[in-house]
Amino acid sequence: MPLTQADFDAVLLTLELASLTTVLLLLIGTPIAWWLARTGSWLKRPLGAIVALPLVLPPTVIGFYLLVSMGPHGFIGQLTQSLGLGTLTFTFSGLVIGSVFYSLPFVVQPLQNAFEAIGRAPLEAAATLRANPWDAFFTVVLPLAKPGFLTAAILGFAHTVGEFGVVLMIGGNIPGKTQVASVQIYNHVETMNYAQAHWLAGGMVAFSFIVLLALYSGRSNKRVWQ
Amino acid sequence: MDCRIPRTWLTLLAGLSCSASVLAEEVQVAVAANFTAPLQAIAREFAQDTGHTLVAAFGATGQLYAQIQNGAPFEVFLAADANTPARLERQGLGVAGSRFTYAIGSLVLWSAKADYIDGSDAVLKANPFRHLAIANPKAAPYGLAATQVLTKLGLRAALQSKLVEGQSITQTLQFVSTGNAELGFVALSQVYKDGQISSGSAWVVPDELYEPIRQDALILKRGENNPAATALVEYLKGPKVAEIIQSYGYQP
Repeated sequence: MPLTQADFDAVLLTLELASLTTVLLLLIGTPIAWWLARTGSWLKRPLGAIVALPLVLPPTVIGFYLLVSMGPHGFIGQLTQSLGLGTLTFTFSGLVIGSVFYSLPFVVQPLQNAFEAIGRAPLEAAATLRANPWDAFFTVVLPLAKPGFLTAAILGFAHTVGEFGVVLMIGGNIPGKTQVASVQIYNHVETMNYAQAHWLAGGMVAFSFIVLLALYSGRSNKRVWQ
Repeated sequence: MDCRIPRTWLTLLAGLSCSASVLAEEVQVAVAANFTAPLQAIAREFAQDTGHTLVAAFGATGQLYAQIQNGAPFEVFLAADANTPARLERQGLGVAGSRFTYAIGSLVLWSAKADYIDGSDAVLKANPFRHLAIANPKAAPYGLAATQVLTKLGLRAALQSKLVEGQSITQTLQFVSTGNAELGFVALSQVYKDGQISSGSAWVVPDELYEPIRQDALILKRGENNPAATALVEYLKGPKVAEIIQSYGYQP
């Protein structure tokens, strides 16, 4: 196998990035999805649309705006600099933030669907048994929405693994810090190392297939989406 | 197409140039990203002077190479280096003997901030910055040249941890112009207009610090029988193009 140490480092870094992004997305996405599923506010539709934006926008466009806003003159850059953190471009933290935004709809939408499917009845029943809202959320909603969480986690993880345009724009191709597998494949294609590119790309295809297969097999008997 | 026209029509057609309208062809050109601006100027002149139309696709040289290998409909290739066209010629994808150097690129150390660079390499040695942007040296000739400069100056090891790589020279410029990297090595043509640096501050790197960035052109197999492809190559070798190229910071 013609893969180099740099290739393995890139794969490892990709897995790190995807894991961290998925954990953060579940933490951030759950309240957003809960709110979207429950609210009657007029803000529901505009906010839902904003969450879905990364589905539509070309990743390089997202990447470019992140590059500008995380830069020393952008609003995120101004904020991080005033906190003494410097700028986030060309750092692993910057990639994590970019990935969270980029994969947001893949986590929020399955969760929102799962929450909507539960409906109000189980929560009202819990309330009559004197469960406070937090109690009800952890003992009723979470177990019922488990398939939704599983779908959200897998999709968020897989989508981050496949991320390219955003990383390319804000990463700077630094080995061990921002050089992820997709960028490494692109490097190999650019430099005409097609054998290495094939190995990495083949690994990615196999990985993605297994993830999606697991997802669909798990889902076949359960009603996840409705 | 046949150019013979009944004599009686000739007077009606007097105002039209039969030869120009009949021979006007289209040529599909794959162009390295760093040559975008000059090529657009050349395309206008070329259309005016020859009647042929030039249709350009811009991209990174390595990416264009992969596309050409896989049947992209390009007829002429203007690369950012000398190796890629040579490789295509060897592989029989180019017309043998049609390869030539159409421009020699110049490297510049550039910052979007005025007065950040004082026209010398002092800033590299003082090292007050967080990020120095270069193009990926494996994929982009300007990136390779940048690493040669750093090696010659003996600064390669000292600055290694500050390097950020753009995948193309265009992206490298983006890193610097948005201020994410304080400075970077880019193509002079990207920041040069009408004989001077158009904004920010710069150090035009002396030629002896890096190997010449020879940009070669090649007629591809698909363009072998297209008169517009041949015309374009001849045009690129002419004095008018030399002048345009120089005004964009290349040596002809």
